[in-house]
Amino acid sequence: MSKTQASPRLAGAMRAPGWLYAVMAAGLVLVVIPFVWMLLSSFKPEAEVRAVPPTWWPETITMDNYTQLFTQLDFPRFFMNSAIVAVAVAAGNMVFCSMLGYALAKLDFPGKKAVFGVVLGTLMVPGVVTFVPLFVLTTNIGLTNTLPGMILPFLAGPFGVFLMRQFIASLPDELIQAARIDGAGELRIFFSIILPLCGPAVATLGVLTFLASWNNFLWPLVVATSEDKYTLPVALALYAVGQNATKYGLLLAGAVVVVIPVLAVFLLLQRRIMQGIAMTGIK
Amino acid sequence: MTATATEPRQGRPAKDSRPTKSRHVDPTRRGQAVAAWILALPFCALFLVFTAGPVLASLGLSFTDLRSTDVRNPLGVEFVGLTNYADLVSDPLFRKVTLNTLLYLVLGVPLTMAVALGVAVALNRITRLRAFFRVGYYLPVVTSIVAVSVVWKFLLRDNGGLVNVMLAWVGINGPGYLDSTTTALPTLVVMAVWRNFGSLMVIFLAGLQTIPKEISEAAETDGASAWATFRYITLPMLRPTLLFGAVITSIGYLQFFEEAFVMTKGGPLDSTKSVTFFTYEQFGFGNYAYASAAAYLLFLAIVLLTLFQFRLLREKD
Repeated sequence: MSKTQASPRLAGAMRAPGWLYAVMAAGLVLVVIPFVWMLLSSFKPEAEVRAVPPTWWPETITMDNYTQLFTQLDFPRFFMNSAIVAVAVAAGNMVFCSMLGYALAKLDFPGKKAVFGVVLGTLMVPGVVTFVPLFVLTTNIGLTNTLPGMILPFLAGPFGVFLMRQFIASLPDELIQAARIDGAGELRIFFSIILPLCGPAVATLGVLTFLASWNNFLWPLVVATSEDKYTLPVALALYAVGQNATKYGLLLAGAVVVVIPVLAVFLLLQRRIMQGIAMTGIK
Repeated sequence: MTATATEPRQGRPAKDSRPTKSRHVDPTRRGQAVAAWILALPFCALFLVFTAGPVLASLGLSFTDLRSTDVRNPLGVEFVGLTNYADLVSDPLFRKVTLNTLLYLVLGVPLTMAVALGVAVALNRITRLRAFFRVGYYLPVVTSIVAVSVVWKFLLRDNGGLVNVMLAWVGINGPGYLDSTTTALPTLVVMAVWRNFGSLMVIFLAGLQTIPKEISEAAETDGASAWATFRYITLPMLRPTLLFGAVITSIGYLQFFEEAFVMTKGGPLDSTKSVTFFTYEQFGFGNYAYASAAAYLLFLAIVLLTLFQFRLLREKD
């Protein structure tokens, strides 16, 4: 659609020069090389990973690194921990943030400005500020070294409220007024009229919070004290700086297991994610 | 109109309208307020317990002598006033990590902004394959910093690392980037730019697309160079977006941590330790109150920098 809208004369005037495409392509190669190298090297035997000069294409293709990840190390467990935490965090944000987002966008209530101000203000709070009191809290209520202990602090984040408020504010007020005149209660309006219309925004929020949770590091690192509660990034980081840091092939295969699922999710849903970023970034 | 009493179904009964008027409470408004608070409650409860509460508690803890051994009995700790803050100011390691964090900020923010803006402007100009390039350049953003740090650690190896091998092709003898106190921190910044510029690029691109094409086209028809058009039309119009980008990027670099944790363990000789790294480390040593005080200084720095940047934004508008 948008391509055909530009008039031929303008399109001709604005056509980008060929060298720009060449530069963009070269830049893209630089951006993507680490991923390609990571993937290819994860199939090399340990000796070839360390080879000087390095090889591009594996001379011997082996699955050893992956079998070790899944047999000697407990990667299936780390994978499950990451998945459970990320799905729960995404679901929580989708539900709780759209509820508050609607209230902030369309309803009048005392304390509205204060709630929105506090929520926005916490976008500035660095993760390190809360982790000491959170650790004291989770220790005292018995949630340290548990998955709920990793999930609860992120179940309702400020970013989601911001995103949902922005989206719901753009829905027409007439819709709500018409429902009110028809006698629908305020909660009914939210659940049967607004929420179904929020599909795209809720999906965007779900994907973004899933990705953020999957990649989250500091809090899981603090709260997971035994190996069976590690998430993928925690396991990978502790192996990377620990005893196994000498097994390069194993670490690269670990990195593949951490990165590939989210890259797949991203490539499938990239349109939605881009919209979300642009929407919250611009206003 | 005088027959209201005989038509109770139409309009509100006259009996009710008087108190309503005098208290200025409109039933629909009240319904809204009740519904709004029902909708807000789950979020607010979680938020109070797990975010707002800990933010305040952290401030309180920073004035105590809480250590890991007191965790089961946090009320038994003593109030020590500003002792932790005074200790931080005279702690050579804290001074070092503060300086490092400032270096991350002053190197990382302009570099990330420049790369993101350059790529966004180029993307805005090209018509074919724009979505393809946008997705490609965005890839590093969605990946785990920990995972890509592992990969970069090997790419940057002194001997046999891909970066130095490729530099050798053009006759450059690259150093052991992560092994020297002078190169380790800038190297981590370059890696962080690679990881982060994509999200800013998307924001800048969206900003560029709100600028009407007619304006720059008119300037170019009048003979303005591409640079002049960019400098005098695009940049000023993009100003709010750029400042917003500067704010979120600064907040990110002030919290620098994962890259240093995985790639250098904060070394060599503490040269890549950030304030967040310091806080995590003190927490590990059991110095909980001291860690909270350091975290609060970081928070204060972020708030001040953000307010300053937003003031810049307001002044020029």
